[in-house]
Amino acid sequence: MERNPMGRQLAIMRQSLFDQGYLDEQFIQLEELQDDANPNFVEEVVTLYYRDSARLILNIEQALERKPFDFNKLDDYMHQFKGSSSSIGAKKVKAESTLFREYCKSGNGEGCTRTFQQLKKEYATLRKKLEAYFQMARQAGPMETACRPK
Amino acid sequence: MTVERVISEKKDQFPIGMRVLAVDDDPTCLLLLETLLRRCQYNVTITSQAVTALKLLRENKNNFDLVISDVHMPDMDGFKLLELVGLEMDLPVIMLSANGDTKLVMKGITHGGCDYLLKPVRIEELQNIWQHVVRRKKFDRKDRYNSGSQDKAYTDSGEAARMGNVDQNGKLNKKRKDQNEEEDEERDENGHDSEDPSTQKEPRVVWSVELHHKFVTAVKQLGIDKAVPKKILELMNVEKLTRENVASHLQKYRLYLKRITCLANQQANMAAAVGSADSTYLRMGSLNGLGNFHTLAGSDQLRNAAFRSFPPGGVLGRLNTPAGLGMHGLPSPGMIQLNHVQNLGNTNNDQSKLQSFVIPGNHNANILQGMPMSLELDQLQNNKGVNHIGELSTADNSTVFPVSGSLINARTTGCSDNPLPGVTSNSLMLEGSSQQATLHASNLRDSVSAMGFKSGNPLSHFTSMAPASDQLQDSKADLQSQASPISCNAGQIIRNAPQEWNAARKDATYQSNVMCCSINSSISVNGAMDHLGPCLDQNNPIFQRNIDLDSIGPSNFVDPLSIKRCEGENLAMEPSVTQKEGYFVVQPRLQGSYIPDNIGSLEDLASAMMKREQDKGEAADGNFGCNAYSRRTNCI
Repeated sequence: MERNPMGRQLAIMRQSLFDQGYLDEQFIQLEELQDDANPNFVEEVVTLYYRDSARLILNIEQALERKPFDFNKLDDYMHQFKGSSSSIGAKKVKAESTLFREYCKSGNGEGCTRTFQQLKKEYATLRKKLEAYFQMARQAGPMETACRPK
Repeated sequence: MTVERVISEKKDQFPIGMRVLAVDDDPTCLLLLETLLRRCQYNVTITSQAVTALKLLRENKNNFDLVISDVHMPDMDGFKLLELVGLEMDLPVIMLSANGDTKLVMKGITHGGCDYLLKPVRIEELQNIWQHVVRRKKFDRKDRYNSGSQDKAYTDSGEAARMGNVDQNGKLNKKRKDQNEEEDEERDENGHDSEDPSTQKEPRVVWSVELHHKFVTAVKQLGIDKAVPKKILELMNVEKLTRENVASHLQKYRLYLKRITCLANQQANMAAAVGSADSTYLRMGSLNGLGNFHTLAGSDQLRNAAFRSFPPGGVLGRLNTPAGLGMHGLPSPGMIQLNHVQNLGNTNNDQSKLQSFVIPGNHNANILQGMPMSLELDQLQNNKGVNHIGELSTADNSTVFPVSGSLINARTTGCSDNPLPGVTSNSLMLEGSSQQATLHASNLRDSVSAMGFKSGNPLSHFTSMAPASDQLQDSKADLQSQASPISCNAGQIIRNAPQEWNAARKDATYQSNVMCCSINSSISVNGAMDHLGPCLDQNNPIFQRNIDLDSIGPSNFVDPLSIKRCEGENLAMEPSVTQKEGYFVVQPRLQGSYIPDNIGSLEDLASAMMKREQDKGEAADGNFGCNAYSRRTNCI
């Protein structure tokens, strides 16, 4: 179990991410793929995600500035974005993506814009939280992350 | 040496070491996928570009056992990649997508994917993907060994026979089901080839891009309708390519085209089917855009037309769309099995199914042929459908409704006074008894054929319908046996018959009768009825309904009974009735629900009929027939 307070704190932080709905089971899958051969796997994936998805966010933003909305394109971008987000277990972000796509399908431009703003917020919040989490994990030492409670 | 041992160990330890090629443009997903696959102990190669993946595969397809690909990629559509890999390398491909829409999954499977996974992928799912490799290997082996014998075996077993061709190349294993329907068509071209299995063990042909391009060029040059393997082969002018190779590739290609055009054409076909003239029948076939089906000539047209015009509502509806169903009244390779049809009708069949619809040719043939003859009864001559009915009924209605029987008879014949023996059996329809179903079926058939919904021609042939009491009966029997599938046939029959009848047509009344009958039949059919019993009479009313005939020359039209049968569905045929010489010529037009809703209960019908009998003199009045019946609702 936790060998030190940091470990415990890490565990608490991690648990709250799940409890508050920021992360879902997919994140656990990532954690399970992390091992000695791949000690920083989770962080790697998350970093990659934020880097790559920034491009998509930008594309969507630009598309939302062009009127009238090209819903097909918007839906397309969001489809990709959703795929990525679901791969790391970003639960809230994924939910917003789904909602956005619904609005696209029904041609609701106003709904799209609104949802997108919300999505960006969640996206940013999660990023901050995960960054803090990884930082703590590094400080707590590899042992702690390996001994996470199941 | 160590390496060798490792390799051989790995082989023994399959699925460990299975070589997977993973393609996904999303780096996050790709990294995740790679890690998961490695965790499963597979040998993983990744790329974010479909073109790179193809390149790797083409370099040596034996480098890989399995391909996993995302559906949504910028440089190439995942489905396209899937098809190419299937065509060229014949490796199992698993599709991956964040979108789990049923339609997409269906698309993946029809394009040849052996599995469809949803993102985010779980390791448990990936741990089982090796089964696709094993399955394919087993299939291939079997095909190679059995390619010869399989052909024979297939030939024997109907559908399986179609596969024979494909199996020769062992390529279409996974597409068997999809192609089953197509293979009826293919069989025409490839039939004799597939029956000659013994020599078909040549090495598998790899359809490279250039080869495929040549193929497509050749096909386009010939026109998809006329593209037969032999000609394609000639145009392609490639050494060592056999006709069988081309044939099976053509099947795949057609399947692909069908997929593309399927939905789009369906609607078009349906619309096109409506009320088209005879000449359109043929066109209908091609409307489907599949070009797979050869339109039927002559009488066939009728059939096609009939099909097409059948409203989609019921079985008929479905059948109709693929005008190219190639329903031949006559037995021919292109015959579609009714059973097929039926199933199709019952479920949402795609066009391919319909196409593979085989009409129990013999029946059709009989009907068509029979009908004209029967129609030729002079009796059909008159308008007094009603009158005849009475007479007819007395004749041999063994079935339920003597009255109706007569009605039917009268209808079919269009002539007032000849109780067609066959017709009487039609009366069964009226009754709605269990016999009805059978009788109706036959009636339907008769009427169907006679009806030739599509065009006004059938009307004239109506006469042929009635008189052929014997034939009718035969047809009835046929119809019956077909039961549900008949509905399709009915449509077919109707279509076909009219044409024949046109030639034989004696009388306008017949026409109307025919129309009615056919309509009825179609109506009934739609209802998937057990009682096809659309007696001619029944059809009439139906027709009338749609056409709002106020006066229908032959009272034949009124056929409340048949209307009832049809459950008011699909008849989508709106016969346009035109009066000719006092007769109704109903030209069926497609219409959502054909069955007149004014058809009342059998009782009403019966009483109407009775009344009619008494009013022979009035029977001549078209209105009479129509009005009375039009009030009935189809509630059969």
